[in-house]
Amino acid sequence: MSDTLTVHHEHPANASEFVANDSRAHWHDQSLWFVRSKRDKAAGTLPEWEELRARASGIKQHAMSRLADYLEQFERNAQKLGAVVHWARTPAEHNQIVLQILQKHGAKKVVKSKSMLTEECHLNPFLERAGVEVVDTDLGEWIVQLRQEPPSHIVMPAIHIKREEIGELFHQHLGTDAGATDPPYLVNAARDELRRKFLNADVGITGVNFAIAETGGFVVCTNEGNADLGVSLPKVHIACMGIEKIIPRAADLGVFLRLLARSATGQPITTYSSHFHGPIAGGEMHIVLVDNGRSDILGSADFRRSLNCIRCGACMNTCPVYRRSGGHSYEATIPGPIGSILAPSRDAKTHKSLPFACSLCGSCSDVCPVKIDLHTQLLTWRKQISVRGLLPWTKRLSMKFARVLLGSTWLFTTAGRIGRWTLPKLPRFMVYNGLNPWGKQRELPPMPRQSFRELYRKRKSK
Amino acid sequence: MPRVGLFVPCYVDQLYPQVGMATLELLERYGCEVDFPPDQTCCGQPMANTGCTDDAKPLAEKFLAIFKDYEYVVCPSGSCTAMVTHHYEELLHGQPGFEELRKKTFELCEFLVDVLKVKTVEGRFPYKVGLHNSCHGLRELRLGSSSEMMVDRFNKAGQLLAGLDGIELVTLKRPDECCGFGGTFAVAEEAVSCMMGLDRIHDHETAGADVMTAGDMSCLMHMYGLITRQKKPIQVMHVAEILAGRQPARAIVPN
Repeated sequence: MSDTLTVHHEHPANASEFVANDSRAHWHDQSLWFVRSKRDKAAGTLPEWEELRARASGIKQHAMSRLADYLEQFERNAQKLGAVVHWARTPAEHNQIVLQILQKHGAKKVVKSKSMLTEECHLNPFLERAGVEVVDTDLGEWIVQLRQEPPSHIVMPAIHIKREEIGELFHQHLGTDAGATDPPYLVNAARDELRRKFLNADVGITGVNFAIAETGGFVVCTNEGNADLGVSLPKVHIACMGIEKIIPRAADLGVFLRLLARSATGQPITTYSSHFHGPIAGGEMHIVLVDNGRSDILGSADFRRSLNCIRCGACMNTCPVYRRSGGHSYEATIPGPIGSILAPSRDAKTHKSLPFACSLCGSCSDVCPVKIDLHTQLLTWRKQISVRGLLPWTKRLSMKFARVLLGSTWLFTTAGRIGRWTLPKLPRFMVYNGLNPWGKQRELPPMPRQSFRELYRKRKSK
Repeated sequence: MPRVGLFVPCYVDQLYPQVGMATLELLERYGCEVDFPPDQTCCGQPMANTGCTDDAKPLAEKFLAIFKDYEYVVCPSGSCTAMVTHHYEELLHGQPGFEELRKKTFELCEFLVDVLKVKTVEGRFPYKVGLHNSCHGLRELRLGSSSEMMVDRFNKAGQLLAGLDGIELVTLKRPDECCGFGGTFAVAEEAVSCMMGLDRIHDHETAGADVMTAGDMSCLMHMYGLITRQKKPIQVMHVAEILAGRQPARAIVPN
């Protein structure tokens, strides 16, 4: 799992490795562009789309401005419904709380539906070390679990894996026919195996998409119904959520559910939007509220709006860099544009290359259903990285140099004249070599004899 | 007669003088009194986008001093214009003349359409043209509607180009995907940058374009570099060049 990524690489190195396999990189780009196109069609069916985005953003910003109050209201109402509410400051506290609940029930087998929060807390390896079997029951998530990889996308965890590779994986783990790639056949094999896991599970763990302060209930959105089955068969349900999942009223759900599935996959709504209000008869429900740095983000005017995120993944599907470098190239629980904001908030030094894994095209900000100003926040992170002295010295030095050169009109025009005169006369190997990343795949522009200012001066004096 | 201070991006001044000349001629054609203040260098965007705000600030201050007294400031680049109108705020906040400067600075097509109220540009360009929508012009200046947003469709450069005689604007599969230039991104993330550029070129080629045009020469410089290395026939021209009546450098069979 994520722990296996012990040696950290910068994004450009990982990305160039991904790009080196040209046909695969294009396959990945096109798969995600297909999802982006489906999203465009679905969003286009709602004349009120931009109005919905504005409402969602407003509701989230309001909820974040009174987060403590809404969390306590949620806790009170959830308790009234019979749930036990736990508070965790850190991933370690979260994992310990979950383990204690499992131990209390002597649970050895857990089924888990998709939850980016438990990925963030590295819950699976923690529980496995404690002798608990954890099975991810979302098909994509289960596939990456079998491959001992982290998800590469928050909505489509196995989007980087080809059908043939899944056939091979299932052949090894489930004994399906060698070379089988037929999706219904593979899905049925997975269903049989997962059904056994569901029937034997002691506890079901789910994530939370929306927690409603007013009612104390919460909603989990899936397409496979795995969350529902996972918490209907076992008697104990543990729901793990980041504290930013709060929305004030049940009526607000109408805004978010309409935006979420359309943004994520282009569906009008997820197949299952399951509402949970307290434990099932004779069972137990635990809700674990996790901070893990969210309060710090809330305290920062620059990055607060990143807590609006409803984890739809649209910014990943639209990001031209994500599509061509793959989710794993980010080496963060959440990849892509939103991940490149959240990861440095936790550990700027490790993730300092992420805000630069971006051409600042702004597509993410325009696609985001809750109007997070993603590309502006990425630019703000670049400043933070510079201020904290984390920029590589080459970048720092070249910018100091540029400041001097461009600061003086005489230096700028003189350097320009010398450059334009010299470059065409140099032998090719002196211009195109390992020191010039521009020239690896690109020619430099032809050098004009005169600059614009020289032509302008001449024209004026005529 | 509008008095325009011509803001020519540093790399356009040094590497693409013909784009500056085309801009100058266009503005004069529509009755502007244009002046190029010779002290100008760079708006500071490379430093600001690398996070080096302190290194960008003196350039922003220099820019304000040079341009503050013009009636309008016009620039043939969406990206450099956006630097002034969207990103100078944190560098020049509260400085005398800045608020006025921000409001009177325009990208070329925006100035032609919104201020000079140009409906159609006289001229003939009988070729198949692909319009690359440079990102900062599109999503910061809103020179057109972006494909992500569900709003009424418009495009200022496209509208001006469409008025030329004989021109055919081709339909792209991805109308506004980034070309991957991105300033220092082009070298820091060389592999992804070049893949993005090649994909963008491919989209234009498949759509049948003979010429790729854009409001930003930086995108075109990046794609020209790839096109030339791969010896592709497609050509690049800045929107200002086409609107000013320039023809492709290499002969193309007209429509």
